[in-house]
Amino acid sequence: MSLDISFIGILIGSIMASSVPLILAASGELITERSGVLNLGVEGMMIIGAISGFALMVITDNLFIAIVGSMLSGVIISIIFGFLTQSLLTNHVATGLALTIFGIGLSAMLGKNFVGIPGKEFPILFSSLRESIPFFGPILFGHSIVLYFAFALPFLTNYFLKKTKLGLVVRAVGDSPVSASNQGINVILVRYCCILYGGAMCGLAGAYLSLIYTPQWIENMTAGRGWIALALVVFATWSPIKVLIGALIFGGITILQLHMQAIGFRIPVQFLSALPYLMTIIVLVVISRDSRKIKLNTPTSLGRIFYKEK
Amino acid sequence: MYKNFFKYLISAIFLLGFSVNSNADFKVGFVYVGPTGDHGWTFQHHEGRNAVEAAGIKTTFVESVPEGADAERVIRQLAQSGHDLIFTTSFGYMDPTNKVAKDFPNVKFEHATGYKREHSNVSTYSARFYEGRTLLGHIAGKMTKTNTIGYIASFPIPEVIRGINAMTLAAQKVNPNIKTKIVWVFTWYDPGKEAEAAQALIDQGADIIMQHTDSTAPVQTAEKAGVWSFGQASDMQRFAPKSILTSIIDDWAPYYVERAIAARDGTWNQQDTWHGLKEGMVAMGPYNSAMGADLVKEVEQLQKDLASGKVHSFTGPIYDQKGNILVAEGKVADDGMLAGMSVYVKGVEGDIPK
Repeated sequence: MSLDISFIGILIGSIMASSVPLILAASGELITERSGVLNLGVEGMMIIGAISGFALMVITDNLFIAIVGSMLSGVIISIIFGFLTQSLLTNHVATGLALTIFGIGLSAMLGKNFVGIPGKEFPILFSSLRESIPFFGPILFGHSIVLYFAFALPFLTNYFLKKTKLGLVVRAVGDSPVSASNQGINVILVRYCCILYGGAMCGLAGAYLSLIYTPQWIENMTAGRGWIALALVVFATWSPIKVLIGALIFGGITILQLHMQAIGFRIPVQFLSALPYLMTIIVLVVISRDSRKIKLNTPTSLGRIFYKEK
Repeated sequence: MYKNFFKYLISAIFLLGFSVNSNADFKVGFVYVGPTGDHGWTFQHHEGRNAVEAAGIKTTFVESVPEGADAERVIRQLAQSGHDLIFTTSFGYMDPTNKVAKDFPNVKFEHATGYKREHSNVSTYSARFYEGRTLLGHIAGKMTKTNTIGYIASFPIPEVIRGINAMTLAAQKVNPNIKTKIVWVFTWYDPGKEAEAAQALIDQGADIIMQHTDSTAPVQTAEKAGVWSFGQASDMQRFAPKSILTSIIDDWAPYYVERAIAARDGTWNQQDTWHGLKEGMVAMGPYNSAMGADLVKEVEQLQKDLASGKVHSFTGPIYDQKGNILVAEGKVADDGMLAGMSVYVKGVEGDIPK
């Protein structure tokens, strides 16, 4: 085995690729939660995105349509959640769980005819630079456009929440919907938008799996990544940058432990398999110790039903 | 009015009784560990179920049933709802199957890949996949340039360990410098994780990828990286046309049809079935022409010899990792030893997770 510098570059490249679905889904859910809505349907929206993206790719043979379509499908399915929780005032937790179960079932049904079709190769950018520059090549180049977008997203999200008026509105709605409403903000409308945005990002995260990471459709292919993304948001205390760090640690240790096994480290394999979960939680808890900041970031009205008295 | 009602009622009861006697509502249930669309393990069991259905027998199935407490609930549900024969198609269903079988002595149970038959209404069946692994090992030993074979393993059970050993022994025979690197993923089915494991093994120098997991992700990763791979459980060739050298294919259909008919006609007996290349329960996919005509010929001969019994996958002398003898020279491993295999043979790197 070679631990030279170019090998580490390749390793970091594959760690980045594996954390993309977590970053996308968690960033989307973060906005939803900052507006005070707890949507446990991340896994369901991801799997719908995965099948929609793959099906559209097979039917239209156009990857752009497939990517946009997967985001739209996430939006459509999150409209159901939004209508139930915001207009009919149902319980967020129960509705979100139902959305996940519904999504998994619906995707299996829609996907019946798409099993066993090999996917199409997704174009990667700057592939020549990847080979020619050691270490930095595999890290910076030779990825799909979705990966670059995913890595920009936490910073954009951070900027949006902290520096823009709209971001302030979202946070106000999440912290105190009653005061926000008294200020003349349409709380329900803001929450709807945040739910739909979360759906779009989850759809994209699913499409990344079925179009780019493992280009194929198989039932239940998200395999619990939606739940990990949900947990990341909480452990990152609703901070977009910490979500990025958490996703990288999770992806990183997942890949590293596989390498350690292949090298033949004499550490119990079960421990290695549990390591990604353990380390992610430990690191995120340690870096988010500042209780003042936690209070600042936590959407106070998370999961509570809001209705405007008339 | 009432007279008519009773007349209908009585004829209905008669019809019902008649239909029970004629076995028209004989039903077979299947419990799957993965989705029918996994294109691997469960897909092949589902093909078997389709064959039973085509033979005119009613079937139902429950897919993606986790091994453990849920499995017992599902099996019990099937037994309660009038199924006469139930196939439970994963190793982890062993204890739940036996537990439910005790409470339903009139229902017949068939458990795949297990060894516990605690009640007279439980049969077990499995395929000698290791014969296929022997062929893969032979091909891998000849095709590798880096002398490193990457192996993605699911859970440390005898079935998986047997496959690793059979493959390594066959590869050593044609290439004494071979190294087997193993990554345990602790899942049967997680495309993302399987792809990551394959990539890790490739990055560690493996130029042959073998899997004992169920999705097509590892062969696709191998195709992308330009290394060789083998399909698992079903023919995965179209997912990696350049990379796949051959596939081990499980063909359960003849067995399922035979057992379902036996149960319907009342000739079902408890038994332990372990079929291989000879009976066709294990079959090989088409060989990749990149292997070269000579190697293909060699492997086809070996396949014939394994089927006829002339060659055995576990022929002595076989040593464990510490050098203790497992099978003496000139002997072959008996089925009991194969069924309970829990140590690596010499040449495999690392420890078996406990």
